[in-house]
Amino acid sequence: MITAERKPLEEVKDLIGEARNVLVMGCGTCVTVCFAGGSREAAELVVSLRMATRLAGAPREITETTVQRQCEWEYLDEARADVEQADVIVSLACGIGVQAIAERFPDARVVPGVNTTFLGMPTEHGIWEERCAACGECILGITAGICPIARCAKSLLNGPCGGSEAGHCEVSPDTPCAWQLIHDRLQRLGVLDVLMQPQPPKNWKSSRDGGPRRIVRDDLRLAGEQE
Amino acid sequence: MTANPISEDGSLSGSRLERLLRAGHFAVTAELGPPQSTDAGVIRAKASLLRGACDAVNITDNQTAIVRMSSIGAGTIVLAEGLEPVIQMTCRDRNRLAIQADLLGAYALGMRNLLCLTGDHQQFGNHPTAKNVFDIDSVQLVQMVTAMRDDRVFQCGEAFDGPEPRFFVGAAAAPFGGPVEYRPYRLAKKAAAGVNFVQTQLIYDVPAFGRYMAKVRELGLHERVFILAGVGPLKSPGMARYMAKNVPGLLVPDELIDRMTEAGAAWAGKPAEELTPQDKKARAAAWKAEGIRICVELIGRIREIEGVAGVHIMAIEWEEAVRPIAEGAGLLPRPTLEEAAAS
Amino acid sequence: MTGTPLNIVAFCCEHCAYAAADLAGGLRMQYPPDVRIVQLPCTGRLDVLTVLQAFDEGVDGVMAAGCLPGNCHFLEGNLNARRRVTRIQGLLGEIGLEPGRVEMFNMSAAMAAEFVTAVTEMTERINEMGPSPLRVGGAGRGGD
Repeated sequence: MITAERKPLEEVKDLIGEARNVLVMGCGTCVTVCFAGGSREAAELVVSLRMATRLAGAPREITETTVQRQCEWEYLDEARADVEQADVIVSLACGIGVQAIAERFPDARVVPGVNTTFLGMPTEHGIWEERCAACGECILGITAGICPIARCAKSLLNGPCGGSEAGHCEVSPDTPCAWQLIHDRLQRLGVLDVLMQPQPPKNWKSSRDGGPRRIVRDDLRLAGEQE
Repeated sequence: MTANPISEDGSLSGSRLERLLRAGHFAVTAELGPPQSTDAGVIRAKASLLRGACDAVNITDNQTAIVRMSSIGAGTIVLAEGLEPVIQMTCRDRNRLAIQADLLGAYALGMRNLLCLTGDHQQFGNHPTAKNVFDIDSVQLVQMVTAMRDDRVFQCGEAFDGPEPRFFVGAAAAPFGGPVEYRPYRLAKKAAAGVNFVQTQLIYDVPAFGRYMAKVRELGLHERVFILAGVGPLKSPGMARYMAKNVPGLLVPDELIDRMTEAGAAWAGKPAEELTPQDKKARAAAWKAEGIRICVELIGRIREIEGVAGVHIMAIEWEEAVRPIAEGAGLLPRPTLEEAAAS
Repeated sequence: MTGTPLNIVAFCCEHCAYAAADLAGGLRMQYPPDVRIVQLPCTGRLDVLTVLQAFDEGVDGVMAAGCLPGNCHFLEGNLNARRRVTRIQGLLGEIGLEPGRVEMFNMSAAMAAEFVTAVTEMTERINEMGPSPLRVGGAGRGGD
């Protein structure tokens, strides 16, 4: 899932500025399951903002709506009436949702209410960890299903570096050394020899370094929409 | 151990360090940290401390992710001072284009030794909010520069049109990093990538290093790679304890910490605030003397280990210590190239 | 207690604090009348949004009272509640209210005196802070 974290209330207040009608828009997908921007978090933000703006002597009209997925036009369109009423929309979706709103509603002012953080998963209640860097060229097949691009602080392909100690990364005692994990799992699977072969430099072209990426699937495109 | 040598003595780079090692001399390298300023005088002063006390001197590259004068810039000054530099190059701050471009320049300026490093994470330096690069890693950097030298190609595969850079290519080894059982194999990987020499992380635990070297010999790596053991003088018991506790991949036996503590025993009874500046100075001198003594002893013991081709003396911001250490270990005077050629 | 009557909501676990309040009543123990009790099956049911909404509605303080650590009928609902109370305190700070307007207490069903102490303590604390500025008659509701 895409994970996110709420922005501090102070920052959201600054982003809202002088706007009188504020629409807080939650998203029912990734940010809901990571408890950052679903309908409950939208309600929390509404009530917090309402109290904060009242205490600051400048109360606002703050309403809330949550759509199933902010990243798809069909769902965004359901909120069109609310969007058109608002002076500013605080989107609690990931950065994709914020941009989808901006793209779909050219006249709307939209600001982010969360910081989109990473692609990851919950490892226990209340803890999420990064797992994928969306680099566009998956190497999990040679790293025992553990991604060093996302999980090594230096994204090494020939790790571990000298900063690996007692299983954790020198960057943080809470971060396991990805290459220790890879080593241990390769050992368990009986294929440790994979680690003897130098891995060549990665082709970062398929990653963000190649510019914004785009996927085209002609078989899925509709004839009427062909360019 | 060679491909495509350039000189009659079989060296790849013509570097003094390489030629001495190939002639079978026990090599001594040291370390010179460039200043956090444009002060060339600092480098000249450090160079004069090191001249004659070692065969080549590593010039660190934004060590511990703290901005300093560039390794190549400082290396130019070091060369002019009559010392042979080992240029350190990290993957943290440059992508493959920048690294290759800088290395063309370094070679054109007369540098012949290169140490390929991944680089410390920027979190530990003075620009923790910087974006890191890590386009390639140290193993890939070794592959890249050896291919430039031996296959005369850039990393992209394009051939050189003019003279190629011919470096004596080194890397680091961390015998006690995690997972410890993999460390000899990681050295094997660097050997497979084409590395010519390695300098290890600081060694204080000689038996543990001996076990690492036994595995290295079993893999035959000591015959493919010159292994320079990293050593360094302890400055104080506090530093010893700090390194033992906080630096990944460093083993400092309690016995050495005790010896350092013992060296300051004469001042141990008093609380710190009662020590006069003279006391503190005397205590620091006693600690440093013991640190140098320990370092000399370590070199003696490490030299006994089969497959160790030299030592890399890391006296961080204490370049004065290198000469007495080399002297004490019986490593002075350093051989000349003529002696190397004759042997 | 002195001054303006306060409006403090006490979210009480039915296995302990709620029973303790009952016992205090049965024993005719006196405690400040500023507290309204809301019965919960466990303080693990304490909801951040509900508490925030209570403050938005103008309550002066909120207390959560659960079982003694280790004695939760649902094992650790009381411990989870404490974490949520800490979070609410942080949120109140961001909003501009005193974090101390919400507090967590622990007691058993037999601890009537402790219940009285907790309520008295909380009432005194809120009295010192004064009524919530968000009370009706204070800063108006949004958009008013």
